[in-house]
Amino acid sequence: MTVVPVIKRDYICNLAKQGKRVDGRKFEEYRKISIETKVVNKAEGSARVKIGNTQVLAGIKMDVGEPYPDTPESGVLTTAAELIPLASPDFESGPPQEDAIELARVVDRGVRESEVIELDKLCIEPNEKVWIIFLDIHILDYDGNLFDAASLASLAALSTATVPNKRFELGEDYPLPIREPPISCTSVKFDNFVVIDPSLDEDEIADARLTVATDNNGDIRAMQKGLNGSFTREEIQKVIKASLDNGKEIRRQLSEVTGK
Amino acid sequence: MKSDINLIDDNGKRLDGRGIDDLRNIKIEAGVLHRANGSCYLEWGGNKVLVAVYGPREAIPRHTQNSLRAIVNAKYNMAAFSVEDRKRPGPDRRSKEISKVISEALEKIILTEQFPRASIDVNIEVLDAEAGTRCAGLTAAGVALADAGIPMKDIPAACAAGKIAGKVVLDLGKEEDNYGDADLPVAISPRTDEILLLQMDGHLTLDEFNQAMDYAIKGCHIISEIQKKAILEKYQPKMEGQ
Repeated sequence: MTVVPVIKRDYICNLAKQGKRVDGRKFEEYRKISIETKVVNKAEGSARVKIGNTQVLAGIKMDVGEPYPDTPESGVLTTAAELIPLASPDFESGPPQEDAIELARVVDRGVRESEVIELDKLCIEPNEKVWIIFLDIHILDYDGNLFDAASLASLAALSTATVPNKRFELGEDYPLPIREPPISCTSVKFDNFVVIDPSLDEDEIADARLTVATDNNGDIRAMQKGLNGSFTREEIQKVIKASLDNGKEIRRQLSEVTGK
Repeated sequence: MKSDINLIDDNGKRLDGRGIDDLRNIKIEAGVLHRANGSCYLEWGGNKVLVAVYGPREAIPRHTQNSLRAIVNAKYNMAAFSVEDRKRPGPDRRSKEISKVISEALEKIILTEQFPRASIDVNIEVLDAEAGTRCAGLTAAGVALADAGIPMKDIPAACAAGKIAGKVVLDLGKEEDNYGDADLPVAISPRTDEILLLQMDGHLTLDEFNQAMDYAIKGCHIISEIQKKAILEKYQPKMEGQ
């Protein structure tokens, strides 16, 4: 981690006292998002998401494999994230570190627990053969808020993925069966200020981080608190409200791109 | 493995309709990443490659430092979803070798003596792969280094030639790479025609080799022009604005 000079922290906090952020946004204002799908031909599904200058690429590969013994008729999802050194002067190559593992697990949970993929439809032969879905997340440019960018890219890639039946001589290709996905929004807290969609500087000085995934009905589907700071009940309410509000707009943008 | 596909048809056209000395389509864009000191996105046929340059910065760990010059640290990495069967993430023997030969090619043309104890890190990410990724990576690295303002003697360009269906051809495509007879990736310094990278596998006679070298070098010169255009596209508007 970069040591952000105390001066920078003071600067951000002083601005926050006046209700401002360094890039001119309001506390509950999200950066501009762009979503592009089918960017990698070799992948079964792929998407590039930009949130401000942050860029994340998610790719789906599928293979036929054995199911877990406790779910013999369900497909399997495997999620991995790589903080490749291309994305930031502070990322190093090598096996995934803590940060990458947390990121992959939070995205994985958002997809798995909310049952976005209809895994029960991905069985080929019970107990023997099911589809294994590999979701690989590549961070290309790190300018804050990886959690939201990674999960949005994953959802966009999954929503436009194709099951490669032909390649495995199992019949015709068909679109990966997907349900309405919950949308994740992350807020961070520094010095008692809570802001949504942290920029890189805000990410680096943050005391606490909270990711909330909300669905179409306005229900909460997943949460993850990170870092060693704390939130009050009121702050959590605020974060949830901001997530719901921004989630709606992000959901609209996602369905516009994926046509779902 | 030989196959019965006809790599060159009766009219002398290849599978994708190219003639024997035609390149695939190439698109280069400089300066596409925010955090990197210099970057480049390149599409070459079905290849998509992203390169970021960081540095010159202090070489870490310290024992890698050279007190007389900078070290050049190129890292070639393939995305898990860039190939037909998912590749396990992380470096394997193939990518380590490619990283090494690309680092050595770049070291030759970067003025490393200007930055003692520093490292210049070149991260090459192959997002979509379809034959010729090392040439694509090295070509994109040249543009990204120029974008980062690293002093160089020249912008390196790379291109492969090979042999398919008994004929020497330029820039092998996917099936040609799989079922062809030889592959010869070459990188040059276009100003001097010095050869920075040269690998070969397969079977070529001496005449075929010379022909393939001619094609590859010719290809490198065409690519060099596309590289220069990409850099001008980014910087010319700024220069005219002054």
